[in-house]
Amino acid sequence: MLLEVRDLYVEFRTRDGVAKAVNGVTYSVDAGETLAVLGESGSGKSVTAQAVMGILDTPPGRITGGEVLFRGRDLLKLKEDARRAVRGAEMAMIFQDALSSLNPVLTVGDQLGEMFVVHRGMSRKDARAKAVELMDRVRIPAARERVGQYPHQFSGGMRQRIMIAMAMALEPALIIADEPTTALDVTVQAQVMELLAELRRELGMGLILITHDLGVVADVADRIAVMYAGRIVETAPVHDIYKAPAHPYTQGLLDSIPRLDHKGRELYAIKGLPPNLTAIPPGCPFHPRCPRARDVCRIDVPPLYRVSEERRSACHFWEETVDASSA
Amino acid sequence: MAELRKEDEAVDATPNVTEVETVEAATETAAVAAIEAPVERGEPILQVRGLVKHFPLTQGILFKKQVGAVKAVDGVSFDLYQGETLGIVGESGCGKSTVAKLLMMLETATAGEIFYKGQDITKLSGRALKAVRRNIQMVFQDPYTSLNPRMTVGDIIGEPFDIHPEVAPKGDRRRKVQELLDVVGLNPEYINRYPHQFSGGQRQRIGIARGLALNPEIIICDEPVSALDVSVQAQVVNLMEKLQDEFNLSYLFIAHDLSIVRHISDRVGVMYLGKMAEIGTDTQIYDHPTHPYTQALLSAVPVPDPEAREGRERIILTGDVPSPANPPSGCRFRTRCWKAQDKCATDVPLLAIPERFQGSDTPAAHESACHFAEEKDVVHAA
Repeated sequence: MLLEVRDLYVEFRTRDGVAKAVNGVTYSVDAGETLAVLGESGSGKSVTAQAVMGILDTPPGRITGGEVLFRGRDLLKLKEDARRAVRGAEMAMIFQDALSSLNPVLTVGDQLGEMFVVHRGMSRKDARAKAVELMDRVRIPAARERVGQYPHQFSGGMRQRIMIAMAMALEPALIIADEPTTALDVTVQAQVMELLAELRRELGMGLILITHDLGVVADVADRIAVMYAGRIVETAPVHDIYKAPAHPYTQGLLDSIPRLDHKGRELYAIKGLPPNLTAIPPGCPFHPRCPRARDVCRIDVPPLYRVSEERRSACHFWEETVDASSA
Repeated sequence: MAELRKEDEAVDATPNVTEVETVEAATETAAVAAIEAPVERGEPILQVRGLVKHFPLTQGILFKKQVGAVKAVDGVSFDLYQGETLGIVGESGCGKSTVAKLLMMLETATAGEIFYKGQDITKLSGRALKAVRRNIQMVFQDPYTSLNPRMTVGDIIGEPFDIHPEVAPKGDRRRKVQELLDVVGLNPEYINRYPHQFSGGQRQRIGIARGLALNPEIIICDEPVSALDVSVQAQVVNLMEKLQDEFNLSYLFIAHDLSIVRHISDRVGVMYLGKMAEIGTDTQIYDHPTHPYTQALLSAVPVPDPEAREGRERIILTGDVPSPANPPSGCRFRTRCWKAQDKCATDVPLLAIPERFQGSDTPAAHESACHFAEEKDVVHAA
């Protein structure tokens, strides 16, 4: 296994108390596999990724438990300089907003080349040549001329390509992409997703795709982990989850999105709001919004029940849910 | 004698002035009457003709000279019928939000006409304009920046009544605001709270309540749900549909999310670089698109069904949208179009039912601005 996150806990100190952002998350990614982590804002999907990458702001954040095993080594036990050697070279991250992730006063060539200067000890000149090569690879037209330009001179889609090039630069084994196409227009989004998928195949990397878009997940993911209130509520191969979700939250999400291929009737709306992380409801955190909630849900936190070899669901009534959704 | 004549003239002049005034007042009263008159369901309530908005590009600090123009909207025409939802889709920079601002008269049109119940609102002023403004309201995209953080919810929703006191007399306002809160599904007791005490979805409900305050006939919604989470988005979409039935509203629904637009719209217009590329009913546009841009746009939308992954054809466009300051000649889409030929560079395609489909009753027979319009289903898996 390339990456295994085990029972991870992260909390944030805020003015309103301690916000429990991640509450025992366990997931894994294999080489060459795409895992989609799906969740709404505040579900803990990005915080988990930041803890894995070692870029969590501490304070206010604090990892209070768990392990992040990367090729068998627990990254959380590494010293900062050992961690830095892993970051960028062995695992890299692509962020949502390319404009604010790139340095506006450095040329893109300098920023791409920096990877090689810092990690590989290359000369500036060689690094520049590498930068052009990378820009070619992510299909930026006229790379040789544009390598000396600044981020603001590129369009949104081109900037996201530069982010991808930067992440790919040292051919890491794992890429974490946090909402990589959310800020892009739909035709550009398709271009960027295709590029990402192609490079992932070529280099045989593992990919963690963090998103809230069920359409993007269906398009590229092999497996999916659905998060709610800092917990994984369901994990499954992508085909199974769309056919018959085993958690009422997943089912609610699927029913609440309108379809492109037919008009459909009134949308199903999950009632209420996602919980406040400083006061997560006891028992199953989804119970106040759940149509299947019973007394036990208000008291016992559901473990991840085994649905099948590859599927888990954190619902006391997962059998009912699967039956209802496959009917 | 001379004095008398002078007096005569003065006497003559006075009624002339009042006559002009009364004529003006009469036309204004007539315009107001036309604006207040109800429109039958299914009749056009808003007719946009050849709407143009160019933003000048200037050079120099002291002596500014115009060196060009961003052609944000460049000749857009459409109708909005009473009681319907017209969706406008397009990518960033296509001019869809500028259209919204022009209809709201937040921007002045460079050219073109906007008829509201037969009155060209770009030429109205005074009472008539005020009456129009009351009847066309807007819901904005970002519920975080479109509500004043220093005002209570009651003040925000009640503010329109300051300008149009005839809708709710002073003593009645608090009750009216609470009624509106209830209508949009918020607790009426929240009237004294501030925007930061609400979630994104609740804030958007406040924005909708403000839009409803003056009993408008048209609500222009500019990306009303795109800032919201999936589970909350459905709540707000359902609310908007409910309100439309309840208050007999016409919506102009501007969004980039094609699935939501299909769900809520009766008709859909697709915009590209300041022009309307294709317009028709939701079935015509989504199931029988004839413009290559619409086809590319629809095929790029990821569908939440892994089974469709292999079956669907994907049209991946190359390049980016050209700058609206310097759009391509002829058809604006030709630089990214796989069907483009010489004709496309010289002749601007008109928005009309393509010749080959004229007179037939296939769903492909709807307005499309392409020389080589051809039906192609890209949404359903083969």
